[in-house]
Amino acid sequence: MYENMTNILIVGVGGQGVLLASELLSEVAIMTGNDVKKSEVHGMSQRGGVVSSHVRYGSQVFSPIIPYRKADIILSFEQSEGLRALDWLLPEGKIIVSRTRLVPPSAHLGGLGYPDDPIAEIKAKNADMIAVDADKMALELGNPRLVNTILLAVASPFLKFEKAVWQEAIRKLVKPKFVEINLKAFDLGCDLAQPKSVA
Amino acid sequence: MKKLLSGNEAVARGVFEAGVKLASAYPGTPSTEILETIARDYRSIYCEWSPNEKVAFEVGIGGSLGGGRSLVTMKHVGLNVAADPLMTFSYTGVNAGFVFISADDPDMHSSQNEQDNRIFAKFAQVPFLEPSDSQESKEMMLEAYEISERFDTPVMVRMTTRISHSKGMVDFDDPIDAPKQKQFDRDVTKYVMVPAHARARHVVMLEREERLKKYVETSQFNRVEEFGTELGIITGGISYQYVKEVMPEVDVLKIGIGFPMPLEMIGKFVKAHKRVIIVEELEPYYEDIIKSAGMTDVEGKIYTGRTGELSPHRVAQSMNKAGVLDYSTPNGFEPGEMFARPPMLCPGCPHRGLFTVLKKLKLTVTGDIGCYTLGATKPLEALHSCFCMGASIGNAIGMEKVNGTGSGVVAVLGDSTFLHSGITGVLDAVYNKSNTVIIIADNRVTAMTGGQEHPATGRTLMGEKTKEVDFVKLCEALGVESVRVIDPLNYDETMTVVKEEIERPGPSVVITDKPCVLMPKRIMETPYEVILDECNGCSACFRIGCPAIYPSKEMTDRGRPKAEIDATLCTGCTLCAQICLPEAIVLTQIPEKVGS
Ligand SMILES: Cc1ncc(C[n+]2csc(CCOP(=O)(O)OP(=O)(O)O)c2C)c(N)n1
Repeated sequence: MYENMTNILIVGVGGQGVLLASELLSEVAIMTGNDVKKSEVHGMSQRGGVVSSHVRYGSQVFSPIIPYRKADIILSFEQSEGLRALDWLLPEGKIIVSRTRLVPPSAHLGGLGYPDDPIAEIKAKNADMIAVDADKMALELGNPRLVNTILLAVASPFLKFEKAVWQEAIRKLVKPKFVEINLKAFDLGCDLAQPKSVA
Repeated sequence: MKKLLSGNEAVARGVFEAGVKLASAYPGTPSTEILETIARDYRSIYCEWSPNEKVAFEVGIGGSLGGGRSLVTMKHVGLNVAADPLMTFSYTGVNAGFVFISADDPDMHSSQNEQDNRIFAKFAQVPFLEPSDSQESKEMMLEAYEISERFDTPVMVRMTTRISHSKGMVDFDDPIDAPKQKQFDRDVTKYVMVPAHARARHVVMLEREERLKKYVETSQFNRVEEFGTELGIITGGISYQYVKEVMPEVDVLKIGIGFPMPLEMIGKFVKAHKRVIIVEELEPYYEDIIKSAGMTDVEGKIYTGRTGELSPHRVAQSMNKAGVLDYSTPNGFEPGEMFARPPMLCPGCPHRGLFTVLKKLKLTVTGDIGCYTLGATKPLEALHSCFCMGASIGNAIGMEKVNGTGSGVVAVLGDSTFLHSGITGVLDAVYNKSNTVIIIADNRVTAMTGGQEHPATGRTLMGEKTKEVDFVKLCEALGVESVRVIDPLNYDETMTVVKEEIERPGPSVVITDKPCVLMPKRIMETPYEVILDECNGCSACFRIGCPAIYPSKEMTDRGRPKAEIDATLCTGCTLCAQICLPEAIVLTQIPEKVGS
């Protein structure tokens, strides 16, 4: 049922630019001739809540949401959200997590708190993970929004689209004055995807 | 040309291709982007934000009577507000085509209930269509206008959050040659619903339903997909996609027009299958109609449940329970129990100042719907009721009448909410001599739904400058003797004024005057910082619930965490500095400014 279908789940916290990443990925899938659906929920989630975007492509897509535990790849803009979303990952799937840590004030008010080390927890569960300092890299490049492009680039070798297609999609969707810096961020992310440089 | 569009964007495209002249709405998730798309991409259509859904609906009726195809959009609960015109418009019928969107919210992603408005369409006896993806969202708009004009009826298109906010590929076509503008026909027997005329129209309406029943049997939007299975599934809307996902090769009857239902088609389908299961979200709407038509063997809700959204997983589980699919929860990772990440007021939000004071005064606060509803969340917990838009004022009046003057009841509602349905509440407070304090948390925008204009912002949806409502004059004109304006981020001033107004006999209105920190402009001033040596760990600043304040690793002698401020999040609103007794919170010293 799921051959010929790729399921990517992108998660983060309201305001991090999760929806931008899923737009870019959808564009690449369209440019390569796929049927595409994507689903996300707006609304309350934008006030600091969890944001998730499901992207699905293949020859024909029915449900806009990924069937439970069928995500081939999870991209997480935040550590603990990566852990939370792990529930959706195929056992043989891959999770790419930015080391960004966003602790909501409610997590200090008693009750269940923010996990000490979500990345270690993901690792301990034996998930196939790549953790990247995407936020630091983005800041070094001068724009925190570049986390989007960096995470997609890290995922790109597993998504089997030509690099040129990604570059074309970036040129198409990103505002002209940010195109160059996004292309640079994409290159950096691709380098990180090589296993040797992974922590 | 094909494009990836959300259901809402596809509706807007359909409206454009159908030659619609007028579109009106009050914002509400998940419907809002329909009018925003029209205003941005299809500038030939007149569109407006009306003060509420009832007015929007009446403007739409006017457009139709005037001879232009018209659209009205709203979220599901908006239809409760617009129900009055709807119920009678169904009697009169239309002149030019009239379609309204009900965007339902199964699972309440951003709503106070999950009512199923398919039942509403049946109640109003208007046909409705139910798209199952973006492409159908567009196609069904064209069909809806056809039905509206051919059968002389308002037509509902029922979206749900998953349809409105999911994207799929949509074919673009050229706009059709919409029927010529039809002159308004001054036929009082059709449009003046006095009892004598309405009695006659009720009969016409029932005849219309009979004609529609025939039509839906042949409509391309109700269809059977055959694979030759003994099991048959009846489904529609998003549930259709989930059924196709988990059982791609089972016979399906897909409902596209949900009222009236194609009962002959269903009858044949039921006869041709050994077993028929209905898969629908929320209420047993199809199931009840099918069963009451005598097909009592069909099954549905016993497997699928009546609350929340369906999903491929839930549909598969239901089919497993029904014994028609071998499915168990797939293997995977268990993240364990996770902390919650609830929505909250933004750093610098002016509503926080107001609620900090209301909490300190331990007042009972009847609330309303908007960003300020988040005043109910931890750690503030300073708002104590929320029903529907405008309810706060009536709730406060009633509570005070029962508990007696001096019980300290305060109503809090936003600017857009006040204009939507708070004005009549103030009228009641004055007329019936209430002692409540009504606080309009005016942040000059409809923030919760993404920053839409409203009658007090000075701009229209189409971007024109317009008059701004003057809240003070308006409340004075309604008869309120004490109307005061405060800065909600000035703690002492807010405290003094609210205390005075609570003690003053008679109704009063307090209006806050700080704009939203996010919209239309992001407000970022110099951030504040904590001098750790001065911080005594009293936690007063934690209790205002600002996302920019977090516990430091540094502890006081008594082992309490001190506070720190995230400079990238702090907007410099000063609220925490005002309530910090040891005065440990100060303006961040920016090196280059020192000494200048
Ligand atoms: C009848 C109805 N229509 C629309 C909505 C959607 N809605 C929820 S809050 C809100 C706007 C609130 O704006 P405002 O009162 O200005 O408060 P703010 O969010 O700006 O603080 C809207 C339109 C609703 N819940 N009910």
